Amino acid sequence: MSTMVQTQSSGGLFGFLDRSRTIAKPGFSRWMVPPAALCVHLCIGQAYAFSVFNLPMTKLLGVTQSAPGDWNLPELGWIFSIAIFVLGFSAAIFGRWVEEGGPRRAMFTAALCWGGGFLVSAFGVYIHNLWVVYFGYGFIGGCGLGIGYISPVSTLIKWFPDRPGMATGMAIMGFGGGAFIASPLSVWLMSNFKTEHYVGVAPTFIVMGAIYFVFMMIGAFLVRVPAPDWKPEGYTAPVQASKLITTNDVFVYNALKTPQFWFIWVVLCVNVTAGIGVIGQASAMSQEMFPGKITAVAAAGFVGLMSLFNMGGRFFWASTSDYIGRKNTYLVFMVLGFALYCTVPYTGTAGSVAGFVLCFLVIISMYGGGFATVPAYLRDMFGTRYVGAIHGWLITAWSMAGIFGPVLVNYIREYNVTHGVPKAHAYNVTMYIMAGLFVIGFICNLLIKAVDKRFHMDHESALVAAASAGRATAAAVVRKPASA
Amino acid sequence: MTDQNHTGTTTLHLVLAWGLVGIPLALGVLQTLINAMKLFQ
Repeated sequence: MSTMVQTQSSGGLFGFLDRSRTIAKPGFSRWMVPPAALCVHLCIGQAYAFSVFNLPMTKLLGVTQSAPGDWNLPELGWIFSIAIFVLGFSAAIFGRWVEEGGPRRAMFTAALCWGGGFLVSAFGVYIHNLWVVYFGYGFIGGCGLGIGYISPVSTLIKWFPDRPGMATGMAIMGFGGGAFIASPLSVWLMSNFKTEHYVGVAPTFIVMGAIYFVFMMIGAFLVRVPAPDWKPEGYTAPVQASKLITTNDVFVYNALKTPQFWFIWVVLCVNVTAGIGVIGQASAMSQEMFPGKITAVAAAGFVGLMSLFNMGGRFFWASTSDYIGRKNTYLVFMVLGFALYCTVPYTGTAGSVAGFVLCFLVIISMYGGGFATVPAYLRDMFGTRYVGAIHGWLITAWSMAGIFGPVLVNYIREYNVTHGVPKAHAYNVTMYIMAGLFVIGFICNLLIKAVDKRFHMDHESALVAAASAGRATAAAVVRKPASA
Repeated sequence: MTDQNHTGTTTLHLVLAWGLVGIPLALGVLQTLINAMKLFQ
């Protein structure tokens, strides 16, 4: 049990950001924390809807159509790619800082970066300098994405020790749902700012940056961490660790030395690779596999339906994992993913639109579910103390998958088409490769066992970690010495 | 916004907090669902 609960507030203008100022008083409902997390995740989820700006940004000079000097789509595509890349690496680099500084400081920083990224991008659009936009949305905004994404994770896990999957699933569902709000909002704002001589992207960025900053700050004010001795009413923490759920903690950098971390990394990378490539290519793929049966309008509907399943899957699968276990949930993802990817080419041959749609809706629900379940998987393996920081490092799997997925889908299709394969069958090889990836993921998931005791934190190492972070607060949550 | 005076969470707090995130999300989902229905037309 902790004996070092005292904390040192820095006070001053930013004193309210201190972890000590966010410790919940008796009577605080833990159900206030998911909305706080959603305030952040719904905002940063805008990233999925960034493509609505692509076309208008190709006409900043020409207004009605692209003019010489206007940016082209491949150039603009880098904005999103940089943001996702920076997301992964900022989550890894700042993970420990987020964990030790508390959720409010992290959310505040994320709000500054995310809102600021929009403002810098607006300036880049105004002076028509794409590098400024890369820096604004891609780099600064990407840092906001990474810090914001992991900021509420460990807090939610601590508030919901009885339902960690459901709790993190709710927040990460918000990331999937953010595009539903951002997309119509962006279109509406641009239509209001648009004139005969002006596309209206820059003022839209400014307004969205301001809205997102305010919304994320509300989340930062709402969020609370539980008192060290708090537990849900009627909940009894397991005295002894179950086979795959530890009661010990693993220090973030020690977690990286365990095979369990890297097995989960591969499993997540496989799951994301399988989904992310399809998301980007869903519209074209559905039309090419079913020429005449799926029109452009219907394909847009299919993409919308996939987004809903992506979001819903995050809550459904993460909640389900609380009952069937994390390892079993990923087992379902890998087995079902393999079967469905093997089935997709047959739906094309048989001309079964319903079968094709059903396969991809389930696949995409598991794509979202993979993201949402993984924080709880990490908590089961490495404990709650550094779960946010470890999650940050794991997010690099997403960055890698962001490269693998589209490459597998786009380049193999291109290769097949240029070698005379009919467009309707151009995706078959990719589907079988995806199925093969699920076999690798299945094996890695199967190899995951409990973390060796030598990696568990003892009381002394917890104090060292706290001291190196310059914060006594880090030691406040040390629950007990390792059983080793 | 002052943490120090926080006493307890009321139902109103919960309704406001969930409404703040739930209403925009529900509207966005509804809009997406309407668009998605084009798949079946």
